[in-house]
Amino acid sequence: MNFRQKHILGLEELSSEEIKFVLDTAESMKEVSERDVKKVPALKGVTVVNLFFEPSTRTRASFEIAEKRLSADVLNFTPSESSVVKGETLLDTARNLEAMGASVIVIRHSMSGAPWLLARELRSSIINAGDGSHEHPSQALLDLFTVREIKREIAGLKVVIVGDISHSRVARSNVWGLIKLGAEVRVVGPPTMIPRDIEKTDVKVYYNLDSALEGADVVIMLRIQKERQESGLFPSLREYSRFYGLTRERLKRAKEDVVVMHPGPINRGVELSSEVADDVHSVILNQVSNGIAIRMAMLYLVASGGGNG
Amino acid sequence: MSTKVIMDSETMSRTISRIAHEILERNKGAKELRIIGIRTRGIHIAQRIADKIEELEGIKPPLGTLDITLYRDDFRRRSDMPKVQKTEIPFSVEDKNVVLVDDVLYTGRTTRAAIDAIMDYGRPASIQLVVLVDRGHRELPIQADYVGIKVMTLKNENVEVHLKETDGVDEVIVV
Repeated sequence: MNFRQKHILGLEELSSEEIKFVLDTAESMKEVSERDVKKVPALKGVTVVNLFFEPSTRTRASFEIAEKRLSADVLNFTPSESSVVKGETLLDTARNLEAMGASVIVIRHSMSGAPWLLARELRSSIINAGDGSHEHPSQALLDLFTVREIKREIAGLKVVIVGDISHSRVARSNVWGLIKLGAEVRVVGPPTMIPRDIEKTDVKVYYNLDSALEGADVVIMLRIQKERQESGLFPSLREYSRFYGLTRERLKRAKEDVVVMHPGPINRGVELSSEVADDVHSVILNQVSNGIAIRMAMLYLVASGGGNG
Repeated sequence: MSTKVIMDSETMSRTISRIAHEILERNKGAKELRIIGIRTRGIHIAQRIADKIEELEGIKPPLGTLDITLYRDDFRRRSDMPKVQKTEIPFSVEDKNVVLVDDVLYTGRTTRAAIDAIMDYGRPASIQLVVLVDRGHRELPIQADYVGIKVMTLKNENVEVHLKETDGVDEVIVV
């Protein structure tokens, strides 16, 4: 098959074959990161702009390293140091950068749908690095890659996603990807944080973490944001942690070879105990190194595939 | 379009044997050799050469596989997206005699890409090229050091190398 997408905006519109194609491509990219000279000329002469309107450690650094490993020219755009503070719009900003020769734009923005706006209005390839609470395709793809690397097959796995599902773009993209690849997905969280119509999808909803963990193959812990406490979605971090925090005790209900994941940054002691974060089941650091391979694959495929050449 | 068989199974076996001898002759043995097969079929031919060398010298040279997709000069112009396969070079190329193996030498661009890829792994003492078929029409100043068979072809013809491992039979045909 051919991967002919000009953009990667979300997993909702990708087919399972397309998702697998990205994962397969990432395997080869992973090898590049294992060499002494971690560079290939594939994106030589291509200008990529990292347009991050929200703070980020992993995603931003990971995209930047991925771009450089492919020999691209990288422009890191910081809105607080730009004319955005003078009121320049997102679209004008992006158009100006495109006029300077940027052909791929990696965008993270607090407004759901921002990447679609750019994809519609610009000529460049757009990669969504997280839009509002909507999608975060590169995170989900690296999660799928990590699971597949360890478990071989995703189909049939019991995957539990724990946390603030309603506000999580990581959860959304993961749900799309996991369902398309045939996993059984369980979401767990306080009722205030589970989206209302989620039962209409193939996802199983649990409000009790212990029951959800029974026989689980993979557990994905989401970060709990303190701001949600302020808006009354849960009474206190301590109470959240008591009901929904992952401890070694609780993890015993899952399968013996269960894999624990977290997109980062971790709130130690809140959504997971330090023990769990650091023990054998945790593949959190694998996720991070796989993130580079996945992002290299995404950049390579949009830059060469659907219409830039 | 007619199909012509220009190498059959027996001839292929003898040719590979001859090439293995030539490699050993030129390199005065197998000690500093590192064999790297390109893409799909080059890998199987490389394997056979390595096996033959082991038969002759008692030493099996380390074997690697190379995917040149990320080094192509045309990857942004193609309408089909070649899938990037894995490159596995489980040894150092530093100061070694690297023997690159490919099935067909045509324009020379694949070889150019392979050389660039190897250089990213280190500084070999030499890079030598084995091809089963040299079909002419070079677009770059590239030559093979060891050639199975040299054949004149037209640009609109296709040279296909079939191997037992991938196609069930050993033969080279011109279509």
